[in-house]
This record gives sequence, structure tokens and C-alpha cells, in this order.
Amino acid sequence: MLDLVWLIPALPLAGFLVLTFGGRRLGEPWAGWLATGAMAGSFLVTAGVFLDLVGRDAHDRRSVTTLFEWVPAGDLQVDVGFLVDPLSLTMCLFITGVGALIHLYSIGYMHGDGDFPRFFTYLNLFAFSMLMLVLGDNLLLTFLGWEGVGACSYLLISFWFTDEANATAGKKAFVTNRIGDWGFMVAIFLTFFTFGSVAYVDVLDTTAAGTVAQSTATFVAVMLFVGAIGKSAQFPLYLWLPDAMAGPTPVSALIHAATMVTSGVYLLTRINPVIADAADWVPTMIAWTGAGTALFAATIAVAQRDIKKVLAYSTVSQLGYMFLAVGCGAYVAAVFHMVTHAFFKALLFLGSGSVIHGMDGDQDMAHYGGLRRFMPVTAGTFIIGWLAIAGVPPFAGFWSKDEILAFAWNESPLLWVVGLVTAVLTAFYMTRQVVLTFFGRRRFADPRPDEVDAAWAARLIRADEAVEAARTAVVDAEAAAEACRGTTAGADAEAAVVEAEGVLAAAVEALAGAEDLVTDVRAAADARAELPALALDDAPYVGAVADELPETVAARASHHPHESPWTMTLPLGVLAVLSLLGGLIQLPFSSTTKRLEHWLEPTLFHNEVHLSIGAGTLWVLAVVAVAGGAVGIAVAVAAYGRRRIDHTVFERPVLAEAWRFDRTVSNLMGGPGRAGFEATAAFDRRVVDGAVEGVATLVRREAGVLRRFHNGLVRTYAVGIGLGAVGLVLWFLSRSSF
Amino acid sequence: MDATVFLISAAIVLVGALGVLVARNPVHAALFLVQTLFGVAVLFVLQDATFLAAVQVIVYAGAVVILFLFVIMLLGVDRAEDLGVEPIVGQRPLAAVIGASLMGLLLTLLLVATDGPTGALGRTAPLGDGADNTRRLGEALFTDYVFAVELTALLLTVAVVGAVVLARTVKGALHPLPVVVVATAEEPPGATEERSSVDSDTELDIASTESIEGGDA
Amino acid sequence: MVVTTTWYLALGAVLFSLGAVGLLIRRNPLVMFMCVELMLNAVNLTFVSLGAELGDLGGQLSVFFVLVVAAAEVVVGLAVVVAIMRRRQGATADDLSVLGG
Repeated sequence: MLDLVWLIPALPLAGFLVLTFGGRRLGEPWAGWLATGAMAGSFLVTAGVFLDLVGRDAHDRRSVTTLFEWVPAGDLQVDVGFLVDPLSLTMCLFITGVGALIHLYSIGYMHGDGDFPRFFTYLNLFAFSMLMLVLGDNLLLTFLGWEGVGACSYLLISFWFTDEANATAGKKAFVTNRIGDWGFMVAIFLTFFTFGSVAYVDVLDTTAAGTVAQSTATFVAVMLFVGAIGKSAQFPLYLWLPDAMAGPTPVSALIHAATMVTSGVYLLTRINPVIADAADWVPTMIAWTGAGTALFAATIAVAQRDIKKVLAYSTVSQLGYMFLAVGCGAYVAAVFHMVTHAFFKALLFLGSGSVIHGMDGDQDMAHYGGLRRFMPVTAGTFIIGWLAIAGVPPFAGFWSKDEILAFAWNESPLLWVVGLVTAVLTAFYMTRQVVLTFFGRRRFADPRPDEVDAAWAARLIRADEAVEAARTAVVDAEAAAEACRGTTAGADAEAAVVEAEGVLAAAVEALAGAEDLVTDVRAAADARAELPALALDDAPYVGAVADELPETVAARASHHPHESPWTMTLPLGVLAVLSLLGGLIQLPFSSTTKRLEHWLEPTLFHNEVHLSIGAGTLWVLAVVAVAGGAVGIAVAVAAYGRRRIDHTVFERPVLAEAWRFDRTVSNLMGGPGRAGFEATAAFDRRVVDGAVEGVATLVRREAGVLRRFHNGLVRTYAVGIGLGAVGLVLWFLSRSSF
Repeated sequence: MDATVFLISAAIVLVGALGVLVARNPVHAALFLVQTLFGVAVLFVLQDATFLAAVQVIVYAGAVVILFLFVIMLLGVDRAEDLGVEPIVGQRPLAAVIGASLMGLLLTLLLVATDGPTGALGRTAPLGDGADNTRRLGEALFTDYVFAVELTALLLTVAVVGAVVLARTVKGALHPLPVVVVATAEEPPGATEERSSVDSDTELDIASTESIEGGDA
Repeated sequence: MVVTTTWYLALGAVLFSLGAVGLLIRRNPLVMFMCVELMLNAVNLTFVSLGAELGDLGGQLSVFFVLVVAAAEVVVGLAVVVAIMRRRQGATADDLSVLGG
């Protein structure tokens, strides 16, 4: 089966090619089934190769299959070949597996979209690029896949490109990735320069043998780390990931949760000998970058209202955990978390997609609430995903996160503290999301704030008009009373006067009442402005105008969210099972249960750090982590479920705006950055172009000067000859002796 | 005695040369040239090159200068040239420089330098005295150098034919010479750099200039 | 006073220089030709003098050929001058600058 490894990327490639040319003709849903079939086939081949490798001995599990010569350029010989070893196969398994599930899901999610075939074309191209990335046997092939997934990410994020915001998000992702790609390219150049080859087998074996200078290894490791932080959205190159939520939800699930963003972690794990040979500050830098990003992103996720943005920042945070693991030398833990994260994050994203699908495209959690009655399967699977990510045993996330925290403690207690705080925050914001979405009051039936404001404004206008009318009535009554008093006396006249004064009094009372009403309305409107955006309770201000709300409110309330079709709920179910059982591959109890560690051992060149803490400490750490998670869940339930704590304490504006980092970057680029760019452009124009054109101008000017000698007069030329003759004689003179 | 003859001949030569330089009338210049040629012929005789002296007088003074005079008379260019003005800027100073340096350097080379001709190469034939000169010259020419002699004969034939063709009278009107703005003293050469390579004054029409071959205008 | 070869050569040098200066100064094409003849004569004198010093006939042979070629040159040159000067009276060498750039 091993020699069929080329089928793994070839099937999605074939799918891509067929869909490029015939996708429009296939149409919905056959284009989707074709793509899903390609992915499923790829998964089956991967499973076959996996079984093949499992049947071999541990040290026999690395194999390079070369397809053809790609770049035969003198000293640089790069072939297209596949490096099949435990690490790449692990990646392939979950890429193809989760990928196939997401393809299936997309058939339901993209139903009715006019660009249905194009979506699957891009998805298959993405799968091909990602598989080339992990299966490539040299840095250049990995880079090919790297760039390919970047391009597909751009294509898929801006899938609905007619909306300019989506197109911009795609561009942002591409450009930010590019900054990281520069680091990757420099690393490739240096690798070739040092090792004479870019193949992993050469590089890693040479490095593991210890013949590489530390400065070289440091430089290569740092440059690849730069590439990794671009692709895996670590600080400061994470900016593109929240914006990437502009793409369809399956894209977010596949690319920005399970696969593409993990390529950075994969790369760092692949080059673990280089990191081991680098200076000591390199792993520390990786670990602190990961930990810092994890905490940073977790704080932001706390205040987000868009259901997908919470998950986006959560992804950044979990990737931070993986980088933390790599920095602590816990490569197995990083890969373990990568696998479990693929399961539960894809589950959460697909679940959120199901919710969005049910709510007809509304992504604001303020409009959700109590959805579990309407979407039971989605709710159930989402809850499983929530328990996994919050680190509740025995779900998968608990085991992987706990392992990372143990290694963090092993490295530095401070790192462990950061990791623990992040875990608490993770539990908090995920619980918040679950409670807001599936429990509590059905806020989707609520009128929107702008509708309420409009109703109150209308009422205010009417109240003002009433006041005006009352005032007019008072004036009229006064005039009538005056007129009555002015007429002749008499019992009728007196009765008329009394009547008129009665009317006047009534009118004055009415005026007072109308003015009170205006005051009330104004007060209610002001009170509305002070309420938090997230209306967890029934709003008192609504009731008064409940009858004056537009029809759309009632229509919305009666249109209940619906559960998604089986093409969407089946993947949710499968992923839920995996999130539940995923921890089994690396249980820390004894050596036999640590299956992933044994499986990955040949790829790690003994660079895996050994835990120097005892079992007792491990138990304590685990208990503390679970307790932290429980605290986070409890606080979230208290704030959002039972409303005992005011939730606005957590949802600070600075967090909602992501610490204004994005805006700072824009200002920096727009202000000094733009000045810098324009200075560079001006330099290019004036100095570089000027030099080139200056040569031409100089030549022309000198030619103009020299032209004077060509006046066509024979006598001038004769002067030239004469001068030449004088020169000749001088030369002879110089050669003779005296 | 030799020295006296030499000095007198040298004087004749130099006076003649100066006369060619400064004579305003071209006919006078031709006559001065004859004077120089005679002087040189005397110097030839002094060196026992009798045949050459004779040829010098007969061919040079007798034929070439006559040819000059013929052309002068034919074209009527006997009008005196105005030597006072020099249109080209810097020509006179440069000519002076060239002349002075050429003369000075050559004389320096001749009088001061110690290397003389070695005569290592060029053994053609031994030199005889004046009486023998013609015979020796004839022998050398028509045995060792007969090929060169034939070539010169051919050269002369070609020259004559060419001259006849070039100086033919053509039928029809003659195209006037193109008027080209010459860089004069008032307008230094540099000022004309604005003008394009094809001057609007130029009436020269290359394609139709040569009716020399054709004969029809 | 013995007349050495150097005297002849010096005379030849002076004659040559005078011819060169004349060529540069004069504008009349025929007079310019005459100055060329002066220079050729200087060269002939030099050849003969050196031939006499070295006792070789080669000098006189060279003069012979120079003479012939000079004659041919004068013939053709004057024919050209005639062909050009016929078109305008009083033309000088300065008027023939069509090839100026």
C-alpha cells in the first residue's frame, strides 16, 4: 500500500481538475459529492498506508517515495517525493478524515448558493496543497504546499467577493501570510547553503548527527519560526484570522481550525533537530510567544459577540498552546493537541455553522438564546465540543491540554501559570458562548434595539404633538373663558363662565399630563441607551411600546430556527464521537497507553523533553487545571445563566476591540508605514530610475558636446590629423635616448 | 663648396615654400611651388640622384604644376583669397601650434637624439655615383620591382580615365552646391546643436545629384 | 663645414612643417594641393638623403614611386576639384561641409 501514497494528494488534485473544467456542468449537488468522494478516497488510502506502517517495526517507518525530478539546477537537486513517516501520516489522517467530513457538511451548508461548484473546486485544491505540504520530502515541496494553502485560503475567504469586506479580508490573510513566507524562504536559502540540499532526510539526519553550527541552526530555526507564526496566526501575525471568518463556515472549520493553521506547528515539529541544535533562547522564545498569544487571544474572545469570532480567537489561543508545547520540547503533546483540537474545533465551527444556517445567516449571539429546543443535534454535539475544549475529563481536550500544562510546569512555573489562566478563560468564554446560544431566553424573538428606538422615537413625536395640541387647547379655552367673562352677566352667562373655566382647568391638566408623558418617554429612551447590548433579561423599556413595533419583529418571532439536514449533522456526530474518544491515543497513565508517543518516536530524534516531575505533581497539576476549568464554567454560568454577576464586567470595550491592536497596525501602516512606502517608491523613482535615465541624459549631453567636432569641414579634420602627427612625433621622442 | 650650394638651395626651397603659404593669388602660389621644386631638384643632384632630379623637373615642375595652372585658369579661381579673415574659430592658433611643434619636435629629434638610422634593413641595391645612377635605377626597377612598375602604370591609366570621367562637361544645368550653414566665428560650433541633422537649408538631393553618370538632368 | 645627412633631414622637416601649416591655413583647394606637394617633396628629400647615407638605392626607388603616385593623385584630385568647383564660383574648402553633424 505504501507505493500508493501518491494517490493521497492525487485524488483531491484530480477532483480539482475535473471540477475546474466540468464543475459548472455537474452543478449542485454532484460537484459536492465528487469532491467529497475524492477526499474520502484519499482518506481510505491514508488509512491503508497507516495500517501498512503500523505493521512495520518502529525504525522502519520512514520511507521516501520519489516521483520525479523537479528542479535539477546544478548543485540544487529537488525532487517531488513523499516522505511517509509517522508525523506526516498523522497529519494526513486528520486532514483527509476531517476534510472529508467537512466536504460532506458543505454539501448541506452551501445548498442554494450559486457558486456551489466553485466552492468545492477550491476546497479540493486546498486539500491537495495541504497534503503536499505535509507529505513533501523537502522544504521546497512543503513551501509549495504552504503557498498553495495560502492562495486557497485567499480564494475561499473571499468566496463571496462581491461584498468588498470579504475581498479585503482575503487580501489581508494573504498579505499577512506573505510576511511569514519571507522567513520561510530565507530559511530555505540558508538550508541549501549550509546542507547543499533541502530534503528533510539530508537536513534532519545531518543536524541530528550534530555537525551543524549553532548559529546556523539558530538562524534557520528562527526564520522557520517566522514562517510558522504567519501561518499559525501567532502574535503579531494573527490579525488575519478573525477577519477570515468572512468566509463560509466550512472554510473556517477546515482551513482556519483544523488544517492550514496547524502547518506552522507541523513545520516546527518536523525540524525539531534544528531547534534542538539552536541556541537556548529559541525554544524559550517559541514557548513564550505561544503562551502570550494564547492568553492574549483568550482575553479577546471573552468580549466577542459574533459566534465565529469567538471561535477564531479561540483557535489563535489553542494554537498558542501548541507553540507553547513545542517551545517546551513537548512535540508529542503539541501533535496530540493538534489532533484533538482538529476534532473539537472543527466540531465547534461546524456546529456554529449549523446554528447560523438555522438562524438564516445571523451570526450575532445577542440574537440567539434557547436554541437547544430547536436544534437538538447541533446543541448536543456543540456541548460535547465545549466540554472538550474546556478541558473537562474524560473528553479529548482535557488530556492534551493537561499534557501541555505539565510540560509547561516542567519548563517554567510562570509558563504554567499563563497556561492555567488561559485555560480558565477558555472555559469561561466557551461556556458563555454555549449559554448564550443554546440556553436562556429566546432572544431571537426580541425586537432589535433600533426597532425599539424607532418605536420610542415615534412615541416621543406623538407625545410632543399631544403637548402642542394640549397647549393649543389651553389657549383656546382661555380665550373662550375670556370671551365668556367679557359678555353680559346672567345665570346662563355665569354657568357658561364656570363651564369655560372648567374646560380651561381640564385643558391645563391635560397639558400637564402630556408634558409628563414626554418626560417619561425621554427617560425611557435614555434608560434604553444605558442598557448593555446583550439583553439577557426582559427589557422593561420594550413592553410599553410592544404594540408599536414593526411587523418584522413578529415575523421573526414566529419563524423558528430549524435543525440542519443530515449532511450537516452527520459530520457533527462523527466529530463529537472523536472529541469524546480522542484522548485515548495518548493517555498518560502508563507507557502502554502513550500510543502517540511511541508512534511519533522515530521522527523526534530523541529531542522530546523528559518530564522531570513525579506522578504526584502530575496529579496535582491535573486537579488544579480541572478546578480552574470548573471555576471558569461556574463564573460564566453565574454571569450569563443565572445573572448573579453583571456580565458587562467581563465584556470590556478594549477586549471587544481586540486591544485595538488591529487599529494600531493600520495606523502604523497608514501613517508612518505609508510614508515609508512612499519614500521607498520615491527613492526608486528618483535614484534608481534616475540613475538609469541619468545615464541616457548624460550620454546625450556629452554627445551634444562632442558633436561640435563633426562640422564637416575638411580643415578641422586636417587639424585633427596634424595633432595626431605631433603626438606621434612626441612618442618617438619619448622613446629615443639623448 | 657643397655647403654653399646646399645653403643656397635650402634658401630657395624655403622661400618658395613660404611663398606658397602666403601668396594671395593662386598663380603666384604655383610659381612659388615651381621655385621650391627646382630647389629640391638641385638638392637631389647634390646627393647623386641625378635621374630623380631630372624627373623632378620634368614631371613635377613641368607637368604637375602646369596641370595646376590649367585648372586655375579653367575654373577662374585666380581671384585672390582673402587671407585676413579666418572663418573657423581657432584654426590659425591651432595651425601655428601644430606647425611649431612639428618643426620643433622633428628638429629636436634630429639634432639632439643620438639614435640614428641603422640601415639594417632595406638592402635593395648599392648606390653608385651620379653617372651610374640611371642605369642602376633602371636595373633595379625592371628586375626586382617590375611588378610595382606595372602597377603604377595601371594606376596612372586609372587616374587618367577617372579624371576624364570626373571632369567631363555635363549636359544640362548643373546642380548648385548645397548651401550649408558653416560654423563661423560669430556662431561658434556649439550653438548649432539645436539644429536637426537634416537642415532645412539643404537642397542637396542625394538621389538626383549625380547626373555625372547619367548625362541626363 | 661638411654637409651631413642631418642638414638635409632638418630641411626636410622644416619643409614638411611649412607644408602642413599651409594646408591648415589656406582655403583655396588648389593652394591646399600645392601644400600637399610641398610635403611630398619634403618626404622625397628625406628618402634620398637617407638612401645616400646608407648607400642604398632603396631611397631613390621609393621616391620614384612617390612621384608617380603623387602625379596620379594630383590628376584625380584636380579632376574632383574641377567637378565640384565648376558649380559655384569662388567656392572654398569650407563650403563642402554637407557631412557635418
